[in-house]
Amino acid sequence: MSASTDIAGLNTRVEPAEAEYRRAKQREALRRKLLPCLGILIGIAVWAGLVEFLKVPPFIAPSPLVVLETLIAKSDVLLSNLWPTVVEAVGGFILGNLFAIALATLFVHRKTVSETFFPLVVLINSIPVVAKAPILVLLLGNGFAPKVAIAAVISFFPTLVNMVRGLEAVNPQAMELMRVLSASKREIFFKLRLYNSLPYLFSALRISASISVVGAIVGEWIGSNYGIGALIIQATYAFDSALLYATVLVGSAFSVAFFMAISLAERLIIRWQPSAVA
Amino acid sequence: MARPEPLARVLPAAAASERPRADAGNAVACHNVTVRFITDRRTVTALEDVSFSVENGGFLALLGPSGCGKSTLLRVVADLLAPTSGTVTVLGRTPREARLDRALGFVFQDAALLPWRTALENVALPLEVGGHRGLAAGAPTPRDLLRLVGLEGWEGSFPHELSGGMRQRVSIARALLGGPRILLMDEPFGALDEITRDRLNEELRRIWMQTGTTILFVTHSVYEAIFLGETVLVLAANPGRVRAAVDIDLPRERTLPIRETEPFNRVAAKLRELLAGDA
Repeated sequence: MSASTDIAGLNTRVEPAEAEYRRAKQREALRRKLLPCLGILIGIAVWAGLVEFLKVPPFIAPSPLVVLETLIAKSDVLLSNLWPTVVEAVGGFILGNLFAIALATLFVHRKTVSETFFPLVVLINSIPVVAKAPILVLLLGNGFAPKVAIAAVISFFPTLVNMVRGLEAVNPQAMELMRVLSASKREIFFKLRLYNSLPYLFSALRISASISVVGAIVGEWIGSNYGIGALIIQATYAFDSALLYATVLVGSAFSVAFFMAISLAERLIIRWQPSAVA
Repeated sequence: MARPEPLARVLPAAAASERPRADAGNAVACHNVTVRFITDRRTVTALEDVSFSVENGGFLALLGPSGCGKSTLLRVVADLLAPTSGTVTVLGRTPREARLDRALGFVFQDAALLPWRTALENVALPLEVGGHRGLAAGAPTPRDLLRLVGLEGWEGSFPHELSGGMRQRVSIARALLGGPRILLMDEPFGALDEITRDRLNEELRRIWMQTGTTILFVTHSVYEAIFLGETVLVLAANPGRVRAAVDIDLPRERTLPIRETEPFNRVAAKLRELLAGDA
């Protein structure tokens, strides 16, 4: 009898503490969301204040309000130029990553091929994008193809490197287990290496999602009259700073959305706790 | 934790009558096994002239200091490593044949569970690779084996949700799937706390008695070796070699208090003396 009252007494003391803990946690979560928003608002306010106070002419830099007006007024122009960039970036992302995953698989299974061609891949990767772009434009002409190719080339490398690492960084005892079970190379690949590589793959995909957008835009700078990249160039030459800023905003919004889509996919697919990924 | 079910209900009676004649007698026999590793600096002799045998249904504890080649010896038996010289016979065949026939189960020191698989999926892995799909009729299923190791109710948990001891239980269940004739265990409880380790020692003894599986168990704990083994093979280091094979004259039914008894302590003293001779 006395034991049960003791437990009840304990509960009454514990519950308020738990509730307080949960409230504190909620406050902390809210804080983490609100503070970055506040930072952005302060940034915009400082920008607006500077443009107003220093009387910056509109062809040098616009005030945020004008950019917002342009975003709404020219939304049709912006959107019709966003779609080609989206197609190029996403197309290049898919192409480059599929090729990287295939090549990583080959590299892991054929050491000679890896040792022969990996240095060449590193060499090609060391050429800056802005230098690679004109070469691909000459090779592939003026349409979608060179932009997709540039986005593909730029997303290819981080995935190749990370995928090779992920496929190889398998727990040695798990490898021994597979051998004790007489698993074939194919089974080892699909049951062990591939799963092991997924966390590595996703950390590469997040990088290549952002940089594939950069690749598409750079491709459009070189030779194009459509897309976010082309619009940036046109707005710059026309001293239309409001359109320039609006275009940049649309471009980065897409880049962020792409990145977040990949992060979401990662959270949906990787439900286990990966052993430390470098 | 769920009370483990008696194995008799889980495993079919050992099919003693249909055992091939070739392996009447010894489950594992090594003759003059030598293993050398060549490295940049020097050639290391991990094992030199090691001979021993374990009879069918035996429990051999391999005891020795670090670097005495006990894990290497286990890997030679499992066909994970080829000896530089000497012969190894597993159930009257080569280790390779025994491996291809799934006569061997291996329990690793760090459990080696695949983190993306649930406990049940980890236990079922042997059915998905190596051309051994499906279990014999009446053979214990992965679910039965999880019950055997006391993990009923944890089937859907991922390895990171389990404690170290539970992970090792899952890996024992996995090694038992398909009813291997020989279980090779490489310091499976070495990374666990003493309380968990004691409990698993008792359970392993019980599993051994119920399944009739031959067990080779690597350890560097004198107590563990005596408590578990029917025979303790004492190894010396640099190079790894057999110092003595000591039969443990204790009852088959063992519980932890046996470690406080006079006969147990006599053997312990003897083994420590043998190990000290190594220094």
